[in-house]
Amino acid sequence: MKYSYFPGCTLKNKAQELDRYGRDAAAALGIELEELPQWQCCGGVYPLSHDEIAIKLSSVRALAAARDDGAALVTLCSACHNVIKQVNHDMQTDDYVITRVNNYLAEDGIAYNGETKVLHYLELLRDEIGFDEIKQKVAAPLKGQKIGAYYGCLLLRPSGVMAMDDPEHPMIMEDLIAALGAQPVVYAQRNECCGGYLTLEDKSIPEKRAAAILENARAQGAETIITACPLCYYNLKKHAAGTGVEVKYFTELLAQALGVKEGE
Amino acid sequence: MASTYTVTKEQILSISGVDPLKCMRCGKCSATCPSYDEMEYHPHQFVAMVEKGEIEKLMDSPSIYKCMSCMACIQRCPRQVEPAKLVEAIRLGVTRQQERNHLKPDDIPALLDPELPQQAIVSAMRKYTK
Repeated sequence: MKYSYFPGCTLKNKAQELDRYGRDAAAALGIELEELPQWQCCGGVYPLSHDEIAIKLSSVRALAAARDDGAALVTLCSACHNVIKQVNHDMQTDDYVITRVNNYLAEDGIAYNGETKVLHYLELLRDEIGFDEIKQKVAAPLKGQKIGAYYGCLLLRPSGVMAMDDPEHPMIMEDLIAALGAQPVVYAQRNECCGGYLTLEDKSIPEKRAAAILENARAQGAETIITACPLCYYNLKKHAAGTGVEVKYFTELLAQALGVKEGE
Repeated sequence: MASTYTVTKEQILSISGVDPLKCMRCGKCSATCPSYDEMEYHPHQFVAMVEKGEIEKLMDSPSIYKCMSCMACIQRCPRQVEPAKLVEAIRLGVTRQQERNHLKPDDIPALLDPELPQQAIVSAMRKYTK
């Protein structure tokens, strides 16, 4: 199966492992992720004001390119996914946005009306491949490991648009952890914010958030927590020392269990 | 720094698409806000103060730079008021004015560290700068 792939700026730079393990694991699962030949940064955050149009254009260009390739668009970074899926929803439902975006893009010969299907890599695993199938392909089960899923904000909210899972009782990552042979650990803070971009100006706020998340995960027995977001990874990892909880990208564990992690 | 230009309640409602009259004052937005302790005015107060037209007070408050855009209040509001959209609209009321960016490109180098992901810089610039 072939999919268009939008890696995003951070996966080309500080989060290269998230990308590399994701690509290696996809190849092991028989999935072809074809990076869009051209793409621009998604902007990192979806604009919460209704009248911001220009900053949605890079998402729409990527969505239109995937449509022209006839493939669903797969994202891996939580932030890219959140922005692109919400913009796609606007392009399906919001005439104010549709008209103005297409006015901008007419110059490039692009007309787009939300035709592309956007999938997060986790949805690809669950809905296109299936966790049962993945379980069959696990070469090195993560036996005995206690792993907590850290969803953060961007994978799940707003749930009406993201539609990945129940926003308060998600199971997609827990089901993946179980398929890889490890024991999923559920904890209350798994869908509460890490502090996000506030970290640029003031490290004390993410420090408090990270402490709450890591302590809660530890108290429920997690030895590792996994994320799909480079910014969550940064904020959590920075404050994980001494907590007894390791922070990893979910693709690293996937690649490891599939036996395709580099050097193994 | 006091606001240079007046931004009206009507402008904020139009930018945000929020109807504060839907609020039933349950306080769930503030109860679930991960930035509650960092804020002078909390999400439920944004809703009430916009309704009363107290826009300037909100524009002058550092609270508008403390929202993490985590969408917890948007998701959990039982009346779909979506308070974070008001926080964003008020912030835009400030940053869309000349010389009122909260963050300048020249500020960035001093804030970097070797692990900081690009995503953090892009997101902060999008939120704090026009």
